[in-house]
Amino acid sequence: MSDGKPPADSPEIRRLTPVIGPGHTFGSVTDKISSIVLTRPTSLGWYVGFLIAFSLMGMMTVAIGWLIIKGVGIWGINIPIGWGFAIVNFVWWIGIGHAGTLISAILFLLNQKWRTSINRFAEAMTLFAVACAGIFPLIHTGRPWMAFYMFPYPSTMGLWPQFRSPLIWDVFAVSTYGTVSLMFWFVGLLPDLATLRDRAIQKPMKIIYGTLAMGWRGSARHWHRYQSAYLLLAGLATPLVLSVHTVVSFDFAVAIVPGWHTTIFPPYFVAGAIYSGFAMVLTIAIPLRKVYGLEDFITMRHLDNMAKVMLATGLIVAYGYFFEFFLSLYSGNKFDVFLVQQRLHGPYAPFYYALILCNILTPQLLWSYKLRHNVAVLFIMSIVVNMGMWLERFVIVVISLTRDFVPSAWGRYSPTVWDWATFIGTIGMFVTLLFLFVRVLPAISIAEMRELVAETSEEEK
Amino acid sequence: MMQRHSHLYGVMGEFGTPEELLQAVEKVRAAGYHRFDAFAPFPVEGLSEALGLKRNLVPAITLLGGLAGGIGGFFFQYWAAAITYPLNIGGRPLNSWPAFIPVTFELTILGASFAAVFGMLALNKLPQPNHPIFNAHRFTHASSDRFFVCIESKDPKFRLEEVSRLLQNVHAHHITEVSLD
Repeated sequence: MSDGKPPADSPEIRRLTPVIGPGHTFGSVTDKISSIVLTRPTSLGWYVGFLIAFSLMGMMTVAIGWLIIKGVGIWGINIPIGWGFAIVNFVWWIGIGHAGTLISAILFLLNQKWRTSINRFAEAMTLFAVACAGIFPLIHTGRPWMAFYMFPYPSTMGLWPQFRSPLIWDVFAVSTYGTVSLMFWFVGLLPDLATLRDRAIQKPMKIIYGTLAMGWRGSARHWHRYQSAYLLLAGLATPLVLSVHTVVSFDFAVAIVPGWHTTIFPPYFVAGAIYSGFAMVLTIAIPLRKVYGLEDFITMRHLDNMAKVMLATGLIVAYGYFFEFFLSLYSGNKFDVFLVQQRLHGPYAPFYYALILCNILTPQLLWSYKLRHNVAVLFIMSIVVNMGMWLERFVIVVISLTRDFVPSAWGRYSPTVWDWATFIGTIGMFVTLLFLFVRVLPAISIAEMRELVAETSEEEK
Repeated sequence: MMQRHSHLYGVMGEFGTPEELLQAVEKVRAAGYHRFDAFAPFPVEGLSEALGLKRNLVPAITLLGGLAGGIGGFFFQYWAAAITYPLNIGGRPLNSWPAFIPVTFELTILGASFAAVFGMLALNKLPQPNHPIFNAHRFTHASSDRFFVCIESKDPKFRLEEVSRLLQNVHAHHITEVSLD
């Protein structure tokens, strides 16, 4: 290392690609990140993007309003396909959320410094994805105003939820996940809210940020307990995130429907969740760093690492597909074998092949260093993977339900315009929330960036 | 003594780097002061040790929260499914405990997380909208790029001149008196 520079493309150089651009100080990271919120004028592009997203969200509101008036009959669901888009979208959104917790909690425990500049917006993404996910089972109940039945409350009828049901596990898992993610995010935001309070110029901003910061003053005694709490939350969120998609997979695996009733579902769902989540983080990070000039903070190293995580989890998912396929044939169970045939040759086979193309074949391009460092390719790839993961849930839900045990119970499923309006509408809601988030809260954790500056300046000495 | 400085919360020195802060804290502590605090825009490594902070109560509170959530969650399900609302489904056992594990697990995490967050806030006495330290003009930098040490006037050893001299000796960039109101 000491004599003779390694060639420009060597692993040495790659490893040393910094997680933060050179020449940054405590003041400069604070200025740069807080100015996005406090002083930078709102651009025309922001208004245009927000308007589009907000219109889509409006479409969702109309679709849900019509659903509440007419009932779930406006959707394409009917017996035997009672689940349809609602559950496909629910699982897809929940999965996307998982990368945020993985980045903020698991990479924190593993002391991965590169997580610092992406954890804040990844956690925001988690919260918004969980919000989108939560809508679907709620409206899928048909009478969403009765949804409180799923929570244990002392009713006059003396009724209690059926705790042996995976659907009740789901209620607890998803609501715990949403709550803990919100707390984790808020605790991380606390010092940054204090920064915004101290730097805000307008009185209303000072009051709002000041209220949220709760009087945080950076006392060493406070930091001492804060760090304990943050570490514990990371330690608690780690098993939690693994449990959430496990419980979601139980919704399928506990049932006896062919193609669902397998023990491989929990790990394979968790890997798929992280896979789609990292894809979504890339989908958001690439425009974010471009528009707000954050290339110094979200460096190529971050994009490269995220692409590698995508590749690794994508391979786990591919392994899952392979074993799902193999075990169905190996079991000799005629319903399982039939299901595999239906995936390969049935009416929904094009979806299965598209899924293999999006989730297994395309991501293999990420083995290439050049392609991992091509921002445009990464962006397209992240969208392809998100489509692939959506198709995966579609294949699981629809093919199994349309082709179970007896031909008299077979059917077809096609979504209606209301299904699409609700689905695309939640994407609009997700983007709307992200647009609001980058305007009112620091998209990168300022306190942790200062910590990173301190650590990197120490290393240079 | 206390009478003379009744308007004074303490004396505050400002530093530019975490290393300067650590040195200052060690010197102030060595000089025998107890009622003083350091302020930093991010958790400085070694600062807790320099201040002599012991282990805190957050982990214990979190454990209690987790236990309460887990034990309470399990027995609540037992009570609901086996005692108050039993359903005989083909003679299967009412206390089907494996089926209660997912919810028990989630409630353990929920209880522990609530305890960690609210325990931390309570021990830090937050929310606390106002504090005398905010009266110091330059303290807004404590949340961006400066580090501070404040020796409180309540410290039994507190003498205005001595404290100021001590902060000068540890090379504080600015030394300010922080008033109580």
